[in-house]
Amino acid sequence: MLCEDAFRRPDGGAKLAQAIREMTADGAPVRLMEICGTHTMAIAKAGLRPMLAPGVKLLSGPGCPVCVTPAGAIDEILRISALPGVTVASYGDLLRVPGSVRGDTLLRRKALGADVLTVYSPIEAVEAAAAYPDRQVVFLGVGFETTAPGTAACVLEAARLNLDNFSVLCLLKTTEPALRCLLADPDTAIDGLICPGHVAAITGADAFGFLPREYGLPAVVSGFEPGDILYAVYRLVPMVKTGRPGLENEYTRLVQNSGNAAARQAVEAVFRPTASLWRGLGEVPDSGLELREEYARWDAARKFGFAPSPSAEAPGCRCGEVIRGVCTPRDCPLFGKVCTPSDPVGPCMVSGEGACAAAFRYGAE
Amino acid sequence: MDEIITLDYGSGGLRTAGLIDSMLVPALRNEALEALGDGAVVPFSGDQLVFSTDSFVVTPWKFPGGDIGKLAVCGTVNDLCMAGGDPKYLSLSLIIEEGFALEDLRTVIDSVAKTARLAGVQVVTGDTKVVERGKGDCIYINTAGVGTLRTPGLSRSAIREGDAVLLSGSAGCHGTAVLMARGEIPCEGTLLSDCAPLRALSAAALDAGRVRILRDPTRGGVATTLNEFVEGGSLTIDLEEDAIPVDPPVAAACELLGIDPLYAACEGRMLAIVAPESADAVLAAMRAVPGGEGAARIGRVGSARPGQVVLHTALGGSRILGKLTGMQLPRIC
Repeated sequence: MLCEDAFRRPDGGAKLAQAIREMTADGAPVRLMEICGTHTMAIAKAGLRPMLAPGVKLLSGPGCPVCVTPAGAIDEILRISALPGVTVASYGDLLRVPGSVRGDTLLRRKALGADVLTVYSPIEAVEAAAAYPDRQVVFLGVGFETTAPGTAACVLEAARLNLDNFSVLCLLKTTEPALRCLLADPDTAIDGLICPGHVAAITGADAFGFLPREYGLPAVVSGFEPGDILYAVYRLVPMVKTGRPGLENEYTRLVQNSGNAAARQAVEAVFRPTASLWRGLGEVPDSGLELREEYARWDAARKFGFAPSPSAEAPGCRCGEVIRGVCTPRDCPLFGKVCTPSDPVGPCMVSGEGACAAAFRYGAE
Repeated sequence: MDEIITLDYGSGGLRTAGLIDSMLVPALRNEALEALGDGAVVPFSGDQLVFSTDSFVVTPWKFPGGDIGKLAVCGTVNDLCMAGGDPKYLSLSLIIEEGFALEDLRTVIDSVAKTARLAGVQVVTGDTKVVERGKGDCIYINTAGVGTLRTPGLSRSAIREGDAVLLSGSAGCHGTAVLMARGEIPCEGTLLSDCAPLRALSAAALDAGRVRILRDPTRGGVATTLNEFVEGGSLTIDLEEDAIPVDPPVAAACELLGIDPLYAACEGRMLAIVAPESADAVLAAMRAVPGGEGAARIGRVGSARPGQVVLHTALGGSRILGKLTGMQLPRIC
């Protein structure tokens, strides 16, 4: 199995960190954004921030699938979970996310009698639908390009089995439109991006070429071991310092420049782009995926309705700004006081990949 | 919104602790309970008795390396041992769901008998209840146990700066093995639960030197148990990531499941805080006992960050290792 020990070895990591500190000893701090929640967690877990401070400031972006799902969408999920005969199948992360009413979560609904199935892979939801023909199984399709192919495969499988009791509530989002929206915001001050290796495995590293080309921002596609991330920073800093932005793929052991064509074809066959509501960013055109007409039978939004209220966010919660890298978790007045992992207000504190949870759990900045 | 019990309350993490502190202790207040040890130490006929109870609801009831019968004996025996006791007698209460195969029940009882012999305890009383189909999950077991006090004075308040932190073997084996046994993840190789009685191991440690406190890191794992040692006090536990034993199959499985082995339950491991001058002797004694071969010194007690557990990573970074807040849930990607 992939333990990737070579990328965790302390000797190499310490040398990279030392080299980065030397390169950034003078001048303004280099502000780098990691746009993937798995990176956020890996950075906090390995304690990388203090190793690179003060010359490098690592900011978290809108890459945690739970965090960017707005409270209004969670409200709708909770409503659907309470419908008679419905089984909601979800990844574990979503179970603790509150909707607009604090403490109202799928976990609580489950305790009150809702049928909630935690799945590791979306295909388990299709299997559940096949096994329980009298239940309506609704799979909560959240995530980015990484989880979209698996979700598409489920729809294709349900179509093959002619299952009428399976549907997908499609909350899938795509990275590029959100990044463009973020970079158009004058509040966003970043010098370079650590790009998500898992997304790039599907889209191809080349999909991030627009960052240097159109925005003049250096970008490195990175894996998730501490050594990967340190190396990505090590490659980004000189590009920032010399003002010569480019795109590099550090994660060549998994990511090809052209990505995974078969996975993209499955996504293309089942979904089409649509406007999507993001926490922190609002509605972003063409940044979500919805089921095509041919697959409308498996669309939970058409079966059960889906009308998230845009104004359902908790008062005082700054998750929206944390997601855009405008503020850090500790800048939020609720952080650690009113909002903790055991009683979260905002999704950044709930999700295993949320910036606030990372800051709280690991004592990071 | 009315607070209700969710699965998080049974995770052994923050919610469980909150329930104990806000409801159970205030309602039942007494000196033995308030020590909040794995087992209570109570006076009895001029002697000191160690007393503990535990309920077992594991799904599936049979997993690689054990079953609910073995677990039910180990759990209570280990609680008694961790409190400094010599376990003597157990009770056994069975709550069985209608439809459970008699053959399977025999397997469970055989395993209770075998583990009790191994742990040197007798099951002297018991109870059997059957509930309707759908009102239980195959079988639940409660055991309670008593023993004599072997080593008095084991407590958080005995911990001093400079003490050594010892762990008897790989973290996270039981919790990970059970997750894998649920069959949701296809996985090659065998991952065995560490479920085992700790009687010989704890006796060896207690006889070898000055032990401050013992605890078996069950629910909430190594990280949560270490937090319980220092929370609210003036001491820190500094852990060296490199020094913490995690078997490669456990590390790989945890990676796949998106969980942290330091928060996964152990059912046959022991954490010991030991006076610095006794550390080598206690470690050697633990390693000499079957099941303790993989024992390691994983950190020391300091004072830099009062009340916290700090993990020093292999790369030279550091981070806080908090308590488990609720069930560990697998991640999206």
